[in-house]
Amino acid sequence: MYWTYLRRELSGRKKQTAIVAIGLAIAIALVIIVNALSAGVRDAQAQALESVYGVGTDVTVTGAQAEPGESGQGGRGPQFDFDEDGGQTDDDGTTSLSQSRLMTDFLRGTLDASTLGTVTAIDGVAAASGALSLTNTTFDGELPQRPDADAEGGTGGQEMPQQGEGGGMGGGFGGGSFNVDSFTVLGIDPADTSVGPLSAVELTDGRALEAADAGSEVAVLDASYATSSELGVGDTIDVGGTEFEIVGIVGSTSSDADTASNVYIPLDVAQELSGAGDVISTVYVQAESSDQIAAVQSALEEALPDATVSSQSDLASTVSGSLSSAGSLITSLGTWLSIIVLAVAVALAVLFTISGISRRTREIGTLKAIGWSNGRVVGQVAGESVVQALIGGVAGVALGLIGVLAINLVSPTISSAPSADSGPGGMGQGGMGGGGMGGGFGSQLGQTATDIVLSAPLSLWIVLAALLLAMAGGLVAGAFGGWRAARLSPAEALRAVA
Amino acid sequence: MTMIDETVRGAAETPAVPAYRLVGVTKTYRQKGRVVQALKGVDVEIAQGDFVTIQGPTGGGKSTLLQLLGALDKPTEGHVMIGDTDLAKASASHLEKVRAQEIGFVFQAFNLIPTLTAAENVDMGLEPLGLGKSERASRVAEALAHVGLAERADHRPGELSGGQQQRVAIARAIAKRPRVLLADEPTGNLDESMRDEILVVLEELNAEGLTLLVVTHDSAVARRARRRLRLDKGTIRDITR
Repeated sequence: MYWTYLRRELSGRKKQTAIVAIGLAIAIALVIIVNALSAGVRDAQAQALESVYGVGTDVTVTGAQAEPGESGQGGRGPQFDFDEDGGQTDDDGTTSLSQSRLMTDFLRGTLDASTLGTVTAIDGVAAASGALSLTNTTFDGELPQRPDADAEGGTGGQEMPQQGEGGGMGGGFGGGSFNVDSFTVLGIDPADTSVGPLSAVELTDGRALEAADAGSEVAVLDASYATSSELGVGDTIDVGGTEFEIVGIVGSTSSDADTASNVYIPLDVAQELSGAGDVISTVYVQAESSDQIAAVQSALEEALPDATVSSQSDLASTVSGSLSSAGSLITSLGTWLSIIVLAVAVALAVLFTISGISRRTREIGTLKAIGWSNGRVVGQVAGESVVQALIGGVAGVALGLIGVLAINLVSPTISSAPSADSGPGGMGQGGMGGGGMGGGFGSQLGQTATDIVLSAPLSLWIVLAALLLAMAGGLVAGAFGGWRAARLSPAEALRAVA
Repeated sequence: MTMIDETVRGAAETPAVPAYRLVGVTKTYRQKGRVVQALKGVDVEIAQGDFVTIQGPTGGGKSTLLQLLGALDKPTEGHVMIGDTDLAKASASHLEKVRAQEIGFVFQAFNLIPTLTAAENVDMGLEPLGLGKSERASRVAEALAHVGLAERADHRPGELSGGQQQRVAIARAIAKRPRVLLADEPTGNLDESMRDEILVVLEELNAEGLTLLVVTHDSAVARRARRRLRLDKGTIRDITR
């Protein structure tokens, strides 16, 4: 009889049942979609981070942010010096110039190589690996003969403009053509790639760097970069004016992301070629367990006060672009929207239940008069609310699944990039101006922006949690309604409608 | 004032335990900030198997008395005995039990649940008894047959006439096989022919031994009763001729 009565009551007030169920359904669908999208963004962030920092990196140690002029190598951008024999002059007087420079990140200080030992000695550190992040910039172009070249003698070197000085060569003649090309180079310890950027890559061709490669001029290339530069295993690449043999090609484990750098070379060779000395730019640290990360971070900050120590959560904040925007949007707007809609739906359910009790005063009074216990009446009212909420919950789950399916079918692509103001490891100093300089520096320097397909993974847990949430909403409404029904004295209930 | 139904006692020859015995019953309640004394020291006995009507002007205390008799409320003072149970001292759960097992209610507006069929409405009265499914089905069928509505078991209240609805309400009340049947203006919403229809049913039930207490304004109903009480300004008197 319980279920018959319950079913008849709900079907007898279809409009009210539908409003409450639709409200809850929208709220539950939003909860499911927001949760799935959040999980998708988390996955995308993890994917973006793994491509940059590798799997299992809990903490990174980098040189402190440097003011221009403070860091090594003069604290300036790429600088090209051509002496008298720096180019070849043709018969028509046009001089061809070409130079390749390998430099550390000029806005971030480096760390002494001994830092790796300091890090390894910290309690709770399971593994650590050092890397030197460099940028190789190649200047390549032709300089026509100046009309008054003879008068001025044309002696001495010609210093090229600094990055950011803007386009044009000044003066009163033109016709020069310059190309500036750059790619990122990461010097890594070839004997230990278990922690750091190469821990998250897969070998697509050739071989990885090995311990025996120390001191050798061999390089491994990022698959995307190798494709765009039309390079393959067995070819050579000019790094800092030295030809390196390409021994392997690596790609990100995600088809949508690039690896941390364009080119990987042995650390000792990178240190020597860049002229930076016995330094590294980043130490990738793996903690013994996740609950020790905070302690390791604190210990590292204490042991290395001049360095920047970043945890995974700090690293996550370095992922910017629309991925970051999506994350913020979902976290703030999506979550609040879910909460507000859920609160409104539950409030509606409560109000409808209470007004339903008022409307059913005679019915409840009659039930009590014919011997129904208070508990039985409350159970009936609460049961109606819970079933009503369950209808909304099931509809919400269906709606949510459709929404998630639609997102996965559309598969929106969002971009991720290390942000311009941090970027452990010296990544991401893009956008440096240089208009009018041929290819320009702007898009070339180390910005490893990647497009990531955003998916909305759905777990059974989310579905169950959503249903439980709906039931909880029904219970809240039922509790209010039941409380109201329990307070109705049968005599007063019947007197009120007499 | 104690009023014993001598007619019934005489007919039975041996003194029986009264269906109700009210001693010094007073009921006051607050209404719009003022105290209303609905019943003032009412003493009355209702014999088992009697057919009693309670008449009186509106606001005279009839409904209040019916609620006390129906274990829906407790007196402010005095005792309301149903059999050996003093309802004035009973716990809320005991009152629920008394309502579920001893008392059948019939209301002026029928008070049927509009979404349920006639049979389901009757079944609602059996819900608190915890009977088995087949026993309930059998009692529902029997009660509906008793009021002549076996053919209308699957009809909803909206599909029945007023008289038929009241008969369903009577079936709901008697399905539990109560000791007494309390009816509050059972013919108040019915026309003359339907009123007679209901009175016939009630008289049949009384003839089978069911104690009937009927609150009514209708003198035609009161004339059919064996005993007539009048309640005015909270005091009761026997007006049986």
